[in-house]
Formats: sequence, C-alpha cells, structure tokens
Amino acid sequence: MLETGDILETIRMVDDQNLDVRTITLSLSLLDCASSDGKEAEKKVYDKIMRRAGKLVQTGEKLSGELGIPIVNKRISVTPISIVGSPSGNYVGLAKVLDKAAKEIGVNFIGGYSALVHKSMTDAERAFLETIPEAISETDMVCSSVNVASTRSGINMDAVALMGKTVKELAERTRNDRAIGCAKFVVFANAVEDNPFMAGAFTGLGEGEATVNVGVSGPGVVAAALKACKGKDLTEIAEVIKRTAFKITRAGQLVGSKAAELLGAKFGIVDLSLAPTPAIGDSVAEILEVMGLSSVGGHGTTAALALLNDAVKKGGVMASSMVGGLSGAFIPVSEDAGMIRAARNGKLTLSKLEAMTAVCSVGLDMIAVPGDTSAETISAIIADECAIGVVNNKTTAVRLIPVPGGKVGDEVDFGGLLGSAPIMPVSDVDSSEFIRRGGIIPAPLHSLKN
Amino acid sequence: MKAIVTVLGKDKVGIIADVAIIMKEFGVNICDISQTLMQGYFTMIMLVDLETATVDFETLRKELAARGMEIGVDIRIQHQDLFDSMHKI
Repeated sequence: MLETGDILETIRMVDDQNLDVRTITLSLSLLDCASSDGKEAEKKVYDKIMRRAGKLVQTGEKLSGELGIPIVNKRISVTPISIVGSPSGNYVGLAKVLDKAAKEIGVNFIGGYSALVHKSMTDAERAFLETIPEAISETDMVCSSVNVASTRSGINMDAVALMGKTVKELAERTRNDRAIGCAKFVVFANAVEDNPFMAGAFTGLGEGEATVNVGVSGPGVVAAALKACKGKDLTEIAEVIKRTAFKITRAGQLVGSKAAELLGAKFGIVDLSLAPTPAIGDSVAEILEVMGLSSVGGHGTTAALALLNDAVKKGGVMASSMVGGLSGAFIPVSEDAGMIRAARNGKLTLSKLEAMTAVCSVGLDMIAVPGDTSAETISAIIADECAIGVVNNKTTAVRLIPVPGGKVGDEVDFGGLLGSAPIMPVSDVDSSEFIRRGGIIPAPLHSLKN
Repeated sequence: MKAIVTVLGKDKVGIIADVAIIMKEFGVNICDISQTLMQGYFTMIMLVDLETATVDFETLRKELAARGMEIGVDIRIQHQDLFDSMHKI
C-alpha cells in the first residue's frame, strides 16, 4: 500500500499547485502523403491525420479521468509542409487541410507549417516561406516554424532577413485580431525534431511514423516546494527542485506511454519543461522570486534561472526512459503572470530576457513590441538569439508580436493560454545595413572554447 | 485494475460506512484502507480492485464524486499507476 502522505501530496499538487501534463503531442510523418497533384496531396494528408490522430482528444480525456491529472492540450505535429508540399507547391492548400483536420479532431494546435533553411534554401523553400503569412492568417489552428541557424552550419542571414518581413506581414494580416498570427510563428536556431510544444512543434525527418511526445509542466509545484525551504542554501534548493522535477516527469512519462499504447503509436520523449500559464501560482518567474529575488529581471535572475533549469533536467532525466524536445524552463512573457508583472513594472527588459535565454529554454517568447518596430530590427533580434543558440549549442527561438498601432506600455490580450502582455521597448539603434548584407554567419569553432 | 480512492472532508459519524455501502453497490472490492484525522479533517485512502465493478471507470468516477457531494465529502478515484510512478523508483 502506498503511503498516505505520498497520495495526498500528489492530490495537493494537482488541486492547489496546478500540476498538469501540458501537452500530449502526436507527431505524425506525412512523408508518404507527398504528391505532384496538389488535390491528391490534400486528400492524403487529411486521411492520414484523421486515421492516425482521430482519437487523440478522447484518449487524452480518458487518461486524464483515470489518472486524475489534467492533460491541458492535445496537439498534432507533422512533417514540415515545405517538404510534403514541394512536389505540388500547394502549400496553402495543405495548411487549410491541416486546419480542417485539427478542428474536426478537436486539438487546439497543429504544428509543422515549417521549413529547415539553416544553411541555404531551395527555390521551393523560398516559395514556401513566402506563403507563411497567408497560410497562418487564413487558418486558426496551424502553427509555423522556420529553422534559420544551426551550430553545425551557422546562421543563414538571408533567411533571417526574410523572417523579419514575415513577422511584420503576419502582424499586418492579423491586425484586427491582436496580431495573433505572430503567436503562431516561431523562428529557431537548432530546432529539435521531437518538440511537443507549440508554436514550434514539427515532425523531424529522423522521426518515425507516429510518436507521442509529452510536455510536462508544474512551475507551481516547484514554487510550493521551495516555499518550504526558508533559510536553506542554494545547494539544498537545487536538490529540492531535482526531487520535485523527478515526480513531475514521472507523471508525464506515465501519461505518454499510456497514450502511445492507446493510439497505436510509439512513445517518443518527455520534454523536461517548466511551462507556465497565465494562472496565478503557475509561474516560472515566481520560482525565481521564491529563491530570493524581489522581482524577476533583477541582477541574479540569470543565475537563479540557470540553477532552476539545470536542476529540472537532472531530476527529470532519471524519471523518464527517453528525454528530448526543448527540455528547459520556458520564459514566455505573456504566458507567465510573474513575467507580465515584472515587464509592466519595467523590472524585466528585452536585454535581460536575452541574457536569460542563454541558460534556459527557449528564447524570446511571446513578447509584444511596438507596431513601428521595423522588419530589420526584428531580424536583428532574431540574429542575436540565433547567435546565442549557435555558439552555445542549444535551441533558441524568437516569437515576437509587433502589435500594429501598439505603443510601449499598451497592453495586448491574446486570450487563453497565450495570456496578455505589455508592449516592451526595443532599441532604436538602426541595424538595417547589417541585416541587408545577407549571406551566412559561419558555424563557430568547436574547439578553442574559451 | 487497481485504483486508489481518496475520501476527504469534515469528520462526522458514518463516513466509512457510507463509502463502503457505495463501493458495494458498484461491485468494487476494497483491498486495503488507511484512515486518519488531519487537523479535524477526515482523510481516508482505499486501495480497491475494479475487477468485479459493475460500471466502467468513467461512470464510477462521476458517481463517486456525486455521491460524495451528497454525504458531504470529496470522493475521488484514480488509477494506482499515477502514485506508483511518482513515488516509487
């Protein structure tokens, strides 16, 4: 028989500390759906998604009921459409089919309107990239991502320049809906192939036919555990985080393996993440503040975040048979009540967030910036993030929302899990000449590491 | 299938009897019970076997929650696997 204390601890984690499984994401290969006939490709994609993922939502709900742990999101990721759609060039048609399938199944996002152009781009990929604003603004559930840099190949600055324009066009096309298109589009360096989180999930070419990847959560659980550590030193804090992360991850592993079995898919990975939500008590910022910072964003924030991120991984690795995805604490500003507060108070700046991304997952995420921010400035921000990822051999990403007509200090509400954010200032330094040069920033040396 | 039933609420006479009757009604076999009072709060954990249950898990879960409301306690049932996973290596 289990210990009463252990059972009650789990129940408290779910009831009071927002423990949940953030997402079960079914990663589907669509490589066998490519066709030179655009309509044929649409039919194949739709049929395959409905066949393999049709029961995803009810499976998630069944597991949630049996185990007594909420599974917040059920999602689908697919092979990059830049590849599946290249024989026909019917990219936007495929986006609409993805959207239709996602709505019929009842998932809240489907990811994979993606391209991998970290070294160079083919004519077909360039044509695909140009369709992103149209595809994302004319669908509701489809998420898009583009990998523009990698540690092995460097930073494709031609793609970076294009991405700044893409973000701006997305904002413009969805200006009547709070530029929501930008929340569904992310630019990566070192994108991973088994990421379960949106907007960046896609099924990498090294992945199998159908795989369940799980993203865990639980910032509130970690914060609650640390609140009981008054006066303890940071070595002990790291230990408590590790123990807590172990338990959270075990829940994710259980849900993932059961879901895979029920869906006739393989179990892929648990993404060891602390993903916040805008709910009070579900904040990564709060954890850093419980450690002793009066506000996230102050000096010491990067160190505290590094400790948290590392301890979560160390605790989680032993709890799961397979770990992957982005694995790290997320710091999406609009989705974290503590981050929102600090940004509103001016305690958290874009520069500090950039430093934080060097030690955690994933990047400058869900940050609203003024509507008059130029495409070149957005590209320059992307280039900086890519440099951090490429040099440090980690994934970084940028998901910025230049809100049309928005000024510094205005509030934008994206609704639901996407939360709300104050518009943060960006530097007024003109970086456009640097961005217009294009070319490749070569891959960094992998020796002489000082 | 084994499951954990947790009963939490303000203490009063007859909670165990009430819950045991409900279990019997749905053909649920009680394998183990642990019960205590925590700061005046009735806390009971039961390990149950659903092999002979007369309804499916989802129906049982909803019924237990509803019947718990009637007698003024919170009754929930969860698959044992979650607790095993989180607390046993």
